[in-house]
Amino acid sequence: MSALALLARNRLALGGLIVMALVVLLAILTPLLPLAPPNVTDTGNRFLPPFSPGAPLGTDHLGRDLLSRLMWGTRLSLAVGIAAAFVAATIGAAIGIVAGYYGGRTDNVIMRGVDMLMAFPYILLALAIVAALGPGLMNALIAVAAVNIPFFARNIRGITVGIAHKEFVDAARLSGMSDARIILTEILPNVVPVIVIAMSTTVGWMILETAGLSFLGLGSQPPVADLGSMLGEARAALITNPHTSIVPGLMILVIVMAINLLGDGIRDALDPRLKSGALNRPLPATLVAPDRQPESQQNDGILTLDNLQTQFRVKHRTYRAVGGVTLSVKPGECLGIIGESGSGKSVTALSVMGLVASPPGLVTGGSVHYRGDDLIGAPYRQLRSLRGSQIAYIFQDPLATLHPLYRIGDQLIEAIAVHHSISRAEGRKRAIDLLNAVRIPNAASRIDDYPHEMSGGMRQRVGIAMALANDPEVIIADEPTTALDVTVQAQILSLLDDLRRDRGLAIIFITHDFGVVGQLCDRVAVMYAGRIVEQGPTRAILDAPRHPYTARLMACVPELGAGKRRLEAIPGLPPPVDDLPPGCAFAPRCDRATDTCRRGDIALESAGDRALRCLQPVQPQEAMP
Amino acid sequence: MTTPALRLENLSKTFPLGRRLFGPERPGVRAVHPVTLEVMPGETLGIVGESGCGKSTLARMLVGLLPPTTGTIQIEGRALDNADPAVFGKRIQYVFQDPISSLNPRKTIRQIMEAPLKLLHGMDRAARAKRIAEIFATVSLREEFLDRYPHEFSGGQAQRIGIARALAAEARILILDEPVSALDVSVQAQVLNLLADLKARLGLTYLFISHDLAVVEAVSDRVAVLYFGSVVELGRAEDIFRAPRHPYTKLLADSAPVVGRPLTAPEARETELPDPLNPPGGCAFRARCPRASDLCAAKVPVLDGAGGRHAVACHHPLQD
Repeated sequence: MSALALLARNRLALGGLIVMALVVLLAILTPLLPLAPPNVTDTGNRFLPPFSPGAPLGTDHLGRDLLSRLMWGTRLSLAVGIAAAFVAATIGAAIGIVAGYYGGRTDNVIMRGVDMLMAFPYILLALAIVAALGPGLMNALIAVAAVNIPFFARNIRGITVGIAHKEFVDAARLSGMSDARIILTEILPNVVPVIVIAMSTTVGWMILETAGLSFLGLGSQPPVADLGSMLGEARAALITNPHTSIVPGLMILVIVMAINLLGDGIRDALDPRLKSGALNRPLPATLVAPDRQPESQQNDGILTLDNLQTQFRVKHRTYRAVGGVTLSVKPGECLGIIGESGSGKSVTALSVMGLVASPPGLVTGGSVHYRGDDLIGAPYRQLRSLRGSQIAYIFQDPLATLHPLYRIGDQLIEAIAVHHSISRAEGRKRAIDLLNAVRIPNAASRIDDYPHEMSGGMRQRVGIAMALANDPEVIIADEPTTALDVTVQAQILSLLDDLRRDRGLAIIFITHDFGVVGQLCDRVAVMYAGRIVEQGPTRAILDAPRHPYTARLMACVPELGAGKRRLEAIPGLPPPVDDLPPGCAFAPRCDRATDTCRRGDIALESAGDRALRCLQPVQPQEAMP
Repeated sequence: MTTPALRLENLSKTFPLGRRLFGPERPGVRAVHPVTLEVMPGETLGIVGESGCGKSTLARMLVGLLPPTTGTIQIEGRALDNADPAVFGKRIQYVFQDPISSLNPRKTIRQIMEAPLKLLHGMDRAARAKRIAEIFATVSLREEFLDRYPHEFSGGQAQRIGIARALAAEARILILDEPVSALDVSVQAQVLNLLADLKARLGLTYLFISHDLAVVEAVSDRVAVLYFGSVVELGRAEDIFRAPRHPYTKLLADSAPVVGRPLTAPEARETELPDPLNPPGGCAFRARCPRASDLCAAKVPVLDGAGGRHAVACHHPLQD
């Protein structure tokens, strides 16, 4: 979505924009308007009330036309405030980028200087600068800009440090760019949105500060008016002739309010984190479409998915992430779901417990049966009592799933306490037992570690311990070993295998690795573009894949012991799930596809313990490429 | 004898830990112990190791992004000792692991591709356009991609762009730092095949870094196994994969999930990597090694290729 459209969606910001545009337009047009001269005194007509003939807003203590002074004053105040913001932003950003990019000693010297500047109370510093330079609007501008430089410098430095270590900056260096060029062409374009955000939220403040200095008589000098000096001059007549103060006061209020509302809007529209929908708080459970057709349970098993469909609806696009998946898993069984990124395997797993973020996620059809009950559309309380206690998840990145600020023991105890009322001592004992169960050495001492003190493999063991905390019946493991080294992966896989045998766990294991599936899973389902294309016992599928996608995907995987060679690649890319082709989704990449493959819906046909969604299957005697 | 395309001698890197306010200076973390390697023109040297073994630090030193603590780098017989990526850039280039984050999100692909042509080779606009068209044809990318931004590409396409950028510098040596580990397997095979084609067609030399033994085996002529910052085994790929001599190489090979192999943890103990802040004496692998003896604790094994077999840094190497 464009930043402007996002801005317009925010009503208050739009209001601010309109008011600001009007004020700026009037300020620009002031010299052309038929106004009385602002600085000509006419003491005979002093303190005329508003709506007097010839003076719509009245006159001040020297009989000068207030409307004219207000317009000229606004012009001056806006110009000075905005100029100060530009000066502060330019110098502050330059300082911040240099400090953040070069780092080390440069950074230290610059930022300590900035810190010193910040140690002075702000208005005192401005007063000191004006006192040193002498009163006058230009000097007030310098003072206001100077006291705001640290704010920009610190903000921009923080952002720059993050960007300077990105790989594209290294790549630019290898392209022969000098430091100056990298700063200008690689860093700056990525920092500009932050500068704009910081400016939009501070320009109002700077107008106020300039007005403050003028109010104290240190800014604009008589007879020239800005909003601050108008207020200052009206101070003596505050009680007797309040309109002389109210007129500039209201203008300041309007300008600052409008700028702040607009600034907040700009920030929300430009901030990439907010753009991706972080402002929408996801619901506690995935939404279910009111027209969902529930399905009856088709297979036995402790957990079954029956024609489950999950979509993401973003604006006018519908992403069919899961397009009708039917699966089942029995106690003590390990079912593998294999597929490439974007095939819908993770969304399938998250849909089971209503963990797909809503909006934009939506379950549009099918059912998930756990011990015979349909979980889709179940009340949130029921889902919550099942989450973790009956059906638990293990995620890919334990560093992201463990809270960095709590000891792992406390997190384990919390996971138990959600479903059982236990004392702390008892919880601690249980937690140590769990850590022992996942074979963490010295469990009793490591229970007080923080997540960052453990290696990736040990953290994933904690993740598994947490999933086991309430003795669940089903564990859904979403690529639990992908982030780990192979030697550690081997340890984790054998641990999971032992756990399921000892505890009769049903495991749904999501992966992209045929080797892992082949070693751990009893049955496997192959997913492509949101649907299962082939399913059956692991050995049978790996020995004789029948779907061309399965066969060619297996051929892609380099296998140890085959020597240096050329790999079989699948040409092309998987189709985007918001624009699936009719017929078989794999047909565009398949060398067996015929015209009938590109038409209509192709059903998943079961034959014995295998199922296949293909019109041109690979025959068992055929050798695949 | 031909000059090696790339030769590093005693290259090492120690990261300082910062000074203490009082007391003696802290020793620093040894990320890469002195390494001596040669890569011949047209060869692919695979470097295998797990996270934290120093393979990325080594790669960054080779392209000048990180100044080495000790040692020298020679490219095609000429020494490069100043860590200036612009000098390195023309002779040795780098392909990054994460294809998307190695492309500036606010630049079009054309701007990204033009930088090395303009800055390293000083080409004018027409020459640049011609060269970009050539390179894009080589890596089979469509020219209409040039005016798009990086976020519009899939991982595989972005990695092709990253390779195209490295080719634009006309370096004859490419450091490939986990170039396919962020990609799906079907795309991974496309990119690996592309790399093989480019090498054959343009006579490139590769240093291929990966944690995936099977991928390294599929592309490499020779292989160096890295553990805790040291090369522990170095030899021709088929020798290393047929008969690994270092127990760590054997452990790596046994850990890779292979269809049909029963699932047993190849290590009996639940082990972790040694702590780099407090490195063990002797052989770094001995805590995990079933063959460790007192000798292993007392003396650091050196890489030794005596006896006509490939080189290994182990006091008790495995026999055939």
